[in-house]
Amino acid sequence: MKQETLFVLDTPYRQKLHVEGFRFGRGEKSLCVVGAMRGNEVQQMYICSQLVRQLKWMEHHGDISSGYEILVVPCVNHFSINVGSRFWAMDGTDINRMFPGYDAGETTQRIASALFEAVKDYQYGVHFASSHMSGEPVPHVRVLDTGYQNADLANLFGLPYVMLRKPTPYDTTTLSYNWQVWETNAFSIYTKTTATIDEASAQEAVTAVLRFLSRLGIVKYNCHNGYISTLVHEEALTNVMTPCGGIFRRLVDPGQFVEYRQVLGQLLDPFTGEVRAELTSPTNGTVFFAVDYALVTEHTTAFRIIRRLHS
Amino acid sequence: MEHTVVSLQLPVQESLEIKKNRITPLPGNDRGKRICLVTGTHGDELEGQYVLWELTRQLNAHRELLHGTVDLYPAMNPLGINSITRGVPLFDLDMNRIFPGREDGHMAEYAAMKAMEDMQGADMVIDIHASNIFLKELPQVRVNELSAEALVPLAQLLNVDFIWIHAAATVLESTLAYSLNSTGTPCLVVEMGVGMRITKEYGDQLIAGILNLMAHMGMWDGETQPPREPIVSHDDVAFINASAAGIFLPSVAHNGMVQQGQQLGVIADPMTGETKEEITAPSNGLLFTLREYPVVYPGSLLARILKGGSDE
Ligand SMILES: [Zn+2]
Repeated sequence: MKQETLFVLDTPYRQKLHVEGFRFGRGEKSLCVVGAMRGNEVQQMYICSQLVRQLKWMEHHGDISSGYEILVVPCVNHFSINVGSRFWAMDGTDINRMFPGYDAGETTQRIASALFEAVKDYQYGVHFASSHMSGEPVPHVRVLDTGYQNADLANLFGLPYVMLRKPTPYDTTTLSYNWQVWETNAFSIYTKTTATIDEASAQEAVTAVLRFLSRLGIVKYNCHNGYISTLVHEEALTNVMTPCGGIFRRLVDPGQFVEYRQVLGQLLDPFTGEVRAELTSPTNGTVFFAVDYALVTEHTTAFRIIRRLHS
Repeated sequence: MEHTVVSLQLPVQESLEIKKNRITPLPGNDRGKRICLVTGTHGDELEGQYVLWELTRQLNAHRELLHGTVDLYPAMNPLGINSITRGVPLFDLDMNRIFPGREDGHMAEYAAMKAMEDMQGADMVIDIHASNIFLKELPQVRVNELSAEALVPLAQLLNVDFIWIHAAATVLESTLAYSLNSTGTPCLVVEMGVGMRITKEYGDQLIAGILNLMAHMGMWDGETQPPREPIVSHDDVAFINASAAGIFLPSVAHNGMVQQGQQLGVIADPMTGETKEEITAPSNGLLFTLREYPVVYPGSLLARILKGGSDE
């Protein structure tokens, strides 16, 4: 393992920000893994730290095939993590909306540019991401449908689902999108949590990356074969919206099979506790995403369901 | 007349409401045109508050001179304005990056859709922004190169100092202006002043421009002044970003002509008394953007110069 500083940023009155990378193996740039880019992505940083630990052990035991190099960048934005701010604390900008970056531009454009310079020539790229929709997804690999994608490769992670998403204009400035444009096969992996650590889905994510690498012959790793992933097109998901605001009582979990008309959750009056509305499933299917807030507004996407899929 | 464009229940008791005030001409005076004046998408930008208040006051005082419908939306992001938040509280995306909105999206995306639907079909929409808390801007209209041909002649009526025709970018396809322009409703974006403050002289300058544009559209018969002639720039702008971290102390006034090599300010280190960086002008021209907020990182934008001037 070689630790190296990819980028240093001077700051007013704080220590310099050092973005650290951990390199394993030697040879062709095969896989790059990026963790926390936002200040609450603790789970994403944690997964990377566990991957660094595993890869260090594997390298020591000769389990990384010769001719391949792997880079892990656990965290790009400790500056925001250490002050509890989701975005760049100075100006509220999001590093993951700044790619491919600009080295003569604004601060977060410079960070994105320096990171992209370090991560862009790999054959495969994995970003442990968190969604702007706050809630709990089923662990999955997400691939942007840019025309450059290779969704079949995403199956090699052996996670239950692969989701194909059509990029919106705001997706075009993310790391994953730009990786693909620069001919890296890019995957975003979503696990259960963001600001808290979920040990089981973190381990599942580490195993998924090692499984992917072993299937490509980059590492020697014996593990369970995982799932034969189900491909889900995002636009085919059925959204269940809240008809009013209130306290949200969730009755089902992501990954669970639900039946047509089954009650998925309740909205309670925050003062009297009376049930204002019940959310029922418009279809038989599997819950792909569920809100994990105690409070919701009207017109919140409370659940997303994969139609007619048995889990 | 106050109208509620969209109302969405929040978790506890209140609702989020986007409202508009509609001012209509006296009976028999309507020539059928409609203009929408929009502001407050970014909750920390307040310059438009004065513009809408003063313009409403003038229109109400002389309704007999009005010959079309004026829809005023002073607070596209009421929760943001209320809580000194640039974005929509509890929502990650910039409200001006989610248009045309979505029926099955987040509350903010749904509200954006409803507000945009309400403006569609108008003869003109003016979206008034106020930079951010970091930078002070000379009154300007920003036009995407894709719609420049149709919009620049209209922007020239708005009494601003210059018109910045900028390159198209995919990420900008989700702004209110792009979404309206691409569906046939003309929309001009004004940037002026600085976040969290009101610059009354800029407000008065823009009000004169809006009345001038309305007169041109046949909606206003009151007296107007000929608009100042704006500089039209095709991205001929020099950006000056900090290289050092520290405290920016400008040494020039906003809105002046500067010469290449002229000192614009310094980045100071109050701990040591050192000057960490001297900032000089990379070209001659009009200093139309100047940093207001002193704390800077490497990369922080300090100034922008519209190139051209006496020596060129
Ligand atoms: Zn704005």
